[in-house]
Amino acid sequence: MDAAIAHSGVLLFYATAALALVAGLVVIGQRSASYSAFALIVVLCCLSVIYGLLGSPFIAVLQIVVYAGAIMVLFLFVIMLLNVQREAHPRGERLALKLSAALLAVLVGAEIATALHRAAVPAGPVGYEASVRSVAQQLFSVHFLYVFEATSVLILAALVGAVALAKKEP
Amino acid sequence: VSNLEFELVAAVVKMLVLIGVLLAVFSGMTLVERRVLAFMQFRLGPNRTGPQGILQPVADGIKLFFKEEAMPEGANVGAFFAAPALAIMAAFLAIAVIPYGPPMQLFGRTVPLQIADLDVGLLYIFAIGALGVYGIVLAGWSANNKYSLLGGLRSSAQMFSYELSLGLSFVGVIMLTGSFRIQDIVDRQAGWFWHWNAVPQFLAFVAYFVSATAEVSRTPFDLPEGETELVAGFHTEYSSMKFALLQMAEYVNMITVAVLCTNLFLGGWHSGIPGLPEGLTWGLPLFGLVYFCVKASALLFVFIWLRGTLPRFRYDQLMRFGWKALIPLAVFNVLLTAAVLAFLGK
Repeated sequence: MDAAIAHSGVLLFYATAALALVAGLVVIGQRSASYSAFALIVVLCCLSVIYGLLGSPFIAVLQIVVYAGAIMVLFLFVIMLLNVQREAHPRGERLALKLSAALLAVLVGAEIATALHRAAVPAGPVGYEASVRSVAQQLFSVHFLYVFEATSVLILAALVGAVALAKKEP
Repeated sequence: VSNLEFELVAAVVKMLVLIGVLLAVFSGMTLVERRVLAFMQFRLGPNRTGPQGILQPVADGIKLFFKEEAMPEGANVGAFFAAPALAIMAAFLAIAVIPYGPPMQLFGRTVPLQIADLDVGLLYIFAIGALGVYGIVLAGWSANNKYSLLGGLRSSAQMFSYELSLGLSFVGVIMLTGSFRIQDIVDRQAGWFWHWNAVPQFLAFVAYFVSATAEVSRTPFDLPEGETELVAGFHTEYSSMKFALLQMAEYVNMITVAVLCTNLFLGGWHSGIPGLPEGLTWGLPLFGLVYFCVKASALLFVFIWLRGTLPRFRYDQLMRFGWKALIPLAVFNVLLTAAVLAFLGK
């Protein structure tokens, strides 16, 4: 029984990984923009579960808060407000698209294969848990402090820029 | 029985009990809310089914079961079915990290009165709350009805805006405690009731309560369902059990918000007066549970009270209030807390 419970993590990993792959295919294979957006949300949630299984609940939760919770809602908002229609392509263009997509897919496949073949797989640290405390200590240590603060200034600048762009001239 | 097996069984039992209790509280709330509102408005309210109308929720449930399921023409069938399920799932998921009492002793083992004691508990609730928006967006979008769509958009814009001040109101409490774990936050508030976070974090408490009311779309923030303009908002086209599920999700969210407020600001299961018993009696956390339930019910009553008292905001007022009053208040609280903590050298 104990072994079964211990193995449930592996099962859960394969289940979520498979679901993420299928949903990822739906994201690019769909004609309707809303379906693609919903499939992307499923992918993000699956990734979050995988982060959780890898022993870093903090990243898992952030993944949901930032991507699934904030960014995708905005995407959906725009899609729904603009009432984006299903895509339609003329015949010839579709053939060209399919050919180039197939070519690119082969290229990416070859790249991944070589990368996987060459990479040495190090054993992960056993029983490591990326708790909030350890992440925070890393983030505010000497190595990352300046980068972290610079990023926040960058985000602030982007925010101000967005407000300035969106503001209507009186 | 091994430790792992025991924990698994305990978790399943706790989940079943929690879902049962939540459903009971939900059906009780529907009756209490109608009776209390009626009392506040000099009416009688539903008092015919059983003594004092106590069987009214049962009658409502039976009625909803036997209602015809209507599907609007041109609706997106999959999304139309998925929306209520998503809404109720998010509602039940969020409440899983709430502690209800001190850990109890059962068969010689310690069982925490909480389904999952997460290191990132508070962030988890925030994340699930963000996912809850999708149920409403989907419900509004899939029905192919302009009132539904407008209601759904309004709802999500509102939840979105008030989520910011809600999240910021957590920050002060997190800084005081130095942890995201809800159990730690509760433990910090032991002792006299002026240790409760509602006192040192009064501004955060106010910001939390107001934005939580908006998050669960209760009066005065119930414009997603403004019946004078939008029929019934995002659930206009829903009928029968799907309607009941959406309604249930709304009430469960309300309960989540109330129990979270109890844990974050009102000391959780602590009595607030050191002399009173709050530990285990016969290995069971009876007193702690009572204090917890009293505080949570008082908060739920405040929600009903608000509904009986306040008129509804206009949409632009709602947005202005959220962005220009609540968020600055919450940010000010964060800065103030940080300054005080830095000054005290903690």
